[in-house]
Amino acid sequence: MNMNRRQFFKVCSAGLGGSSIALMGFSPTNALAEVRTFKLARATETRNICPYCSVSCGVLIYSTGDKSKNSQAEIIHIEGDPDNPVNRGTLCPKGAGLRDMVQSASRLKWPEVREPGSAEWKKISWPDAIERIAKHMKADRDANFMTQNKDGVTVNRWTTTGFLASSAASNEAGYLTVKTIRAMGMTAIDTQARI
Amino acid sequence: MTNHWVDIKNADVVLVMGGNPAEAHPCGFKWVIEAKKTRKAKLLVVDPRFNRTASVADYYAPLRSGTDIAFLGGVINYLIGNDKIHHEYVKAYTNAAFLIDPGFKFDDGIFSGYNEEKRSYGKDTWKYQMGADGFAKVDETWQDPNCVWQLMKSHYARYTPEMVSQVCGTPKDAFIKVCEYIAETAAPNKTMTSLYALGWTQHSVGSQNIRCMAIIQQLLGNMGMAGGGINALRGHANVQGITDFALYAQNLPGYVSAPGDADTDRATYLEKRTPKALRPGQMNFAQNFPKWHTSLAKAWWGDAATKDNDFAYDYFPKLGGASDVLQIFDQMYQGKINGFFCQGFNPLASVSNKKKISDGLSKVKYLVIMDPLATDTSEFWKPHGEFNDVKPADIQTEVFRLPTTLFAETAGTFTNSGRVIQWRWKAADGPGDAKDDTEIMAALFLKLKEMYGKDGGAFPDPITKLTWAYNQPLKPSPEELLREINGKALADVLDPKDPTKVLAKAGDQLATFAHLRDDGSTACGNWIYCGVWSQAGNNSARRDNADPSGLGQTLNWGFAWPVNRRIIYNRASADVSGKPWDAKRTVLKWTGKAWGGNDVPDMRPDAAPEEMVMPFIMNPEGVARLFSREMMAEGPFPEHYEPFESPLDANPMHPKNPKARSNPAARVYKGDMEAFGTAKDFPYVATTYRLTEHFHFWTKHSKINAIMQPEQFVEIGEELAKEKGIANGERIKVRSNRGFIKGVAVVTKRIKALDVDGKKVHTVGIPIHYGFKGVTKPGFITNTLTPVVGDANTQTPEFKTFLVTIEKA
Repeated sequence: MNMNRRQFFKVCSAGLGGSSIALMGFSPTNALAEVRTFKLARATETRNICPYCSVSCGVLIYSTGDKSKNSQAEIIHIEGDPDNPVNRGTLCPKGAGLRDMVQSASRLKWPEVREPGSAEWKKISWPDAIERIAKHMKADRDANFMTQNKDGVTVNRWTTTGFLASSAASNEAGYLTVKTIRAMGMTAIDTQARI
Repeated sequence: MTNHWVDIKNADVVLVMGGNPAEAHPCGFKWVIEAKKTRKAKLLVVDPRFNRTASVADYYAPLRSGTDIAFLGGVINYLIGNDKIHHEYVKAYTNAAFLIDPGFKFDDGIFSGYNEEKRSYGKDTWKYQMGADGFAKVDETWQDPNCVWQLMKSHYARYTPEMVSQVCGTPKDAFIKVCEYIAETAAPNKTMTSLYALGWTQHSVGSQNIRCMAIIQQLLGNMGMAGGGINALRGHANVQGITDFALYAQNLPGYVSAPGDADTDRATYLEKRTPKALRPGQMNFAQNFPKWHTSLAKAWWGDAATKDNDFAYDYFPKLGGASDVLQIFDQMYQGKINGFFCQGFNPLASVSNKKKISDGLSKVKYLVIMDPLATDTSEFWKPHGEFNDVKPADIQTEVFRLPTTLFAETAGTFTNSGRVIQWRWKAADGPGDAKDDTEIMAALFLKLKEMYGKDGGAFPDPITKLTWAYNQPLKPSPEELLREINGKALADVLDPKDPTKVLAKAGDQLATFAHLRDDGSTACGNWIYCGVWSQAGNNSARRDNADPSGLGQTLNWGFAWPVNRRIIYNRASADVSGKPWDAKRTVLKWTGKAWGGNDVPDMRPDAAPEEMVMPFIMNPEGVARLFSREMMAEGPFPEHYEPFESPLDANPMHPKNPKARSNPAARVYKGDMEAFGTAKDFPYVATTYRLTEHFHFWTKHSKINAIMQPEQFVEIGEELAKEKGIANGERIKVRSNRGFIKGVAVVTKRIKALDVDGKKVHTVGIPIHYGFKGVTKPGFITNTLTPVVGDANTQTPEFKTFLVTIEKA
């Protein structure tokens, strides 16, 4: 029989409820009382990958809601994906705590700035943050961009702003990052791969 | 990895050295257990600590941190001396027979061409002798004193079991026992897999540690085999992918080497990077370099990259010199960096010498943090007691902190260390106003583009002309980006053998990098990923885990680069005639007309065995290198050098030559050299490591992980604890010449004192995971202690070996 985990939960919970109701003399098809189903049966299942080490274990993420418009999904459970040929459903002590990472009290929720010399963070809007950072970048790039080296060779580089990129980012985010910062002329670039 | 995670189950011997997968990669380590269970494979562990991988090993041998080359050099000597060599493999598939320049010399620890002042080598003699026919000269009898075999044999003859024991502190019988296990896999139908991680890379000789294993696996004939190979376990979930996309200075995506100042024009640049075959009839696959680079230029600058402007060659910035994380922070420390971005990177915690990093960040004008978490780096300016003792008023850096989504909140691909690219689906939105990294990069880029369009400025062309054909410019989708990465035909791509045949129609997604062209008719964002999103659709999202061969290849699960090949160099799994060395584990075989078997051939599919096209197709020789020519910074054969902070005054292999004490080609900056400590003040060898409950500096923000391992501890052996009068559970202070940290002493039997060069050497083990942000107990950053020196080739910092002293706190 072909069924996914979600269907499996549904069948199991319905089967359990149905059979005990039948024992009490009710016909299952006519049952009026609703039996409480497993919480995961009502959850939406999404396939993803653990972000920790590079075994890159497949995970199943269970969230509330059905991803319909204006429904806010909340992640309630994460476990290993049994289909993934490498981890075969397992997770390690790091991965077993993934939900607490998603819901960590340390998650950042809005852009902030710490002004020079200040001892505090200040909340700012995204447009302000982008505008202020871009102005810094342009001022630094225009002031320090090297078109030619001392031998007159065209070098077109910008060495005074650096970028550490994340080995936790997706390939697509990494690609867009390298594409844009190289186009700006940056050469002071590195990532965790080195360390 | 040359092989992949599940393939570990096919091994007969598993050597874990320079890693601890039972704790750091538990779900991958299950394949080691599978090999033990189903094949009766032997697990060997060589490590300074009796860690949890060692606890399930068939044999464990200790060694002093930083002496892996002495140990492995001893293994090479053992294999040669006891004739445990896969002769047919070595003869056909390695450069053992190649003749080396007669000027090549090795004298008391130093190779020919050394320049002490520059701490680097001129490599004129590290070369093959070339024949009049333009090919490298060989001596098939291996008798010429200048052939690689003879040079290698004499180089490693010094690595006797006695010398290994003297340098490493490994008991001689333990060393011999490990050699015996390894040597069994010289049989053609036996394989050993090598599993390593940061325990090999984080040394000033890191790359040469791995080169040693490359030599051993060639001598044993284990490359290309199922259950063989050299397998870097690696760190982050997508560290492989981000390496492939070259988020670092010296390469462009797909390991396409970036242009430097000497590459004055496109022709010069391409010529230097497009090798000629060094032996007749070899594939010399890197001859396709111009296709990869030109297709990248077309992906980035589209119609603005034309033949007339050398395909936008000048839009690529030229690298002016080294530009790695240690160099960047040294520049910052000197006040030469004004702006800095940390995208999911916490350098205050993860780079050597916290004080230098903090002083550097204090000199930057603007710092931008993009992260899902409140990192230590984002608050480098904020006082956190003795853990971060700074004065905000003195720090003029303007710091922006931008909230990003994390894995569960984005779609797109991760590439595991077995090179398998796998699609992820988004489960929920991020909290508050968090944005995807792609959205932030797009917003910053488009804002700059707007400013350059309006106001002009320094060389705006590469910015204003960058391709940006995304449906929603501020939200490039992962699907659009992966299609761009894969690449497409811009004009019909014709079969060079039969121009009436169209291989790819204009506009089509390309199926393979074999269809890339250097005339501007193809675009491709990363040539090694070509095929991941072909006309067939998104191959990274394939989820058929069927395994018909039983080898665990799962060819229809995700997509492995290159071209869905699961085991690299797999042509070497068969003998010269095309017959598998072990028919029970057939990876590839010659079927009479083409290569077939259980993998995508790493070979021209119709190259008949009698054509003698050799398996190492990326090398212009066609064979693997026992002698690495001019490729490495410190020599064509690995040689043991002491760590920069060593308990020994001299290198026991070269006691009278101070030049050969530590890696002669490693780069050390002014100030960092002075910050090294000596054994007089800091008598113990410290090594940093990771816990199974924590991942780097992230999980200290995750409650359940913080509950499991709440606080910084320091692991010491019973003998040292007794000497210092320290009891288990007492708080101790660990000092290096760069600073101190405090932690709880954990006194164990797992670390033993070693007898090294007539001296007792104690090791102190220090987990890295703590800091002043998060829900674990606030603590010191371990990298307060570590020195700023890196491997001479990669500049990976020497985190695994340095000197400390300890006292009660």
